[in-house]
Amino acid sequence: MVHWSAEEKQLITSVWAKLSVEECGAEALARLLIVYPWTQRFFSNFGNLSSPTAIIGNPKVRAHGKKVLTSFGEAIKNLDNLKGTYSKLSELHCDKLHVDPENFRLLGDILVIVLATHLAKDFTPACQATWQKLVGVVAHALAHKYH
Amino acid sequence: MLTAEDKKLIQQIWGKLGGAEEDIGAETLWRMFHAYPPTKTYFPHFDMSQGSDQIRGHGKKVVVALTNAIKNIDNLSQAMSELSNLHAYNLRVDPPHFSLQFLAQCLQVVLATRLGKEYSPEVHSAVDKFMSAVASVLAEKYR
Repeated sequence: MVHWSAEEKQLITSVWAKLSVEECGAEALARLLIVYPWTQRFFSNFGNLSSPTAIIGNPKVRAHGKKVLTSFGEAIKNLDNLKGTYSKLSELHCDKLHVDPENFRLLGDILVIVLATHLAKDFTPACQATWQKLVGVVAHALAHKYH
Repeated sequence: MLTAEDKKLIQQIWGKLGGAEEDIGAETLWRMFHAYPPTKTYFPHFDMSQGSDQIRGHGKKVVVALTNAIKNIDNLSQAMSELSNLHAYNLRVDPPHFSLQFLAQCLQVVLATRLGKEYSPEVHSAVDKFMSAVASVLAEKYR
């Protein structure tokens, strides 16, 4: 089980409180599809993904980005039981979606960069360290039920 | 592969750093040591306190090397040849760490905190690709 210090929990919740889940989720997913274009393979029914502009404006990308980050919110409420929280999603990503777990790490790193663009100096090294840990642990929980 | 547009974006964004090389380098390293503690194993001789001369000095060195790489972006292999030798034969940084993933991530975070919205998806993509190319070149001589 992962241990979270009081300071880490504080850094997680205070950053979360400053976020627009819809904006940041949309941006993170759009950046994933732009920076790592092979990830578009999982979204072939999303319509126009032909350029960065198309991707950023794509309503399905925005909606799905919001969904993904909303689920992150669940993780934050359940920091002491991430594997349990993500158990069903893990099975889904393995059995139905066939997503290589490496992609969770990529999305996590992108989310951290999105936070950095929004929070600027407030995204201190301690903040970043905590969030890198969080995205890593979420990625691990999502990969946990793979077989 | 770095497109002409990628190269342009990289040169533009790097141009905005004007004079802050040491700060950016030092902050990148500090973030890396904080977020990825195993990276400290390559610097056992360093004073790891924040703002230490060694971290500042080394951070500056790294950014100067990247600046040089950008000036020679069409010929990275040759431009980075000596650093490539150094990393392969002397430093022998473990290749997975050596995909520079941790350094690249922290550099991107530093750029993103300073540039905000200007660190657009297109710029993000170009810098990510550039750091991948640099990592490839630096790992060329490993075996």
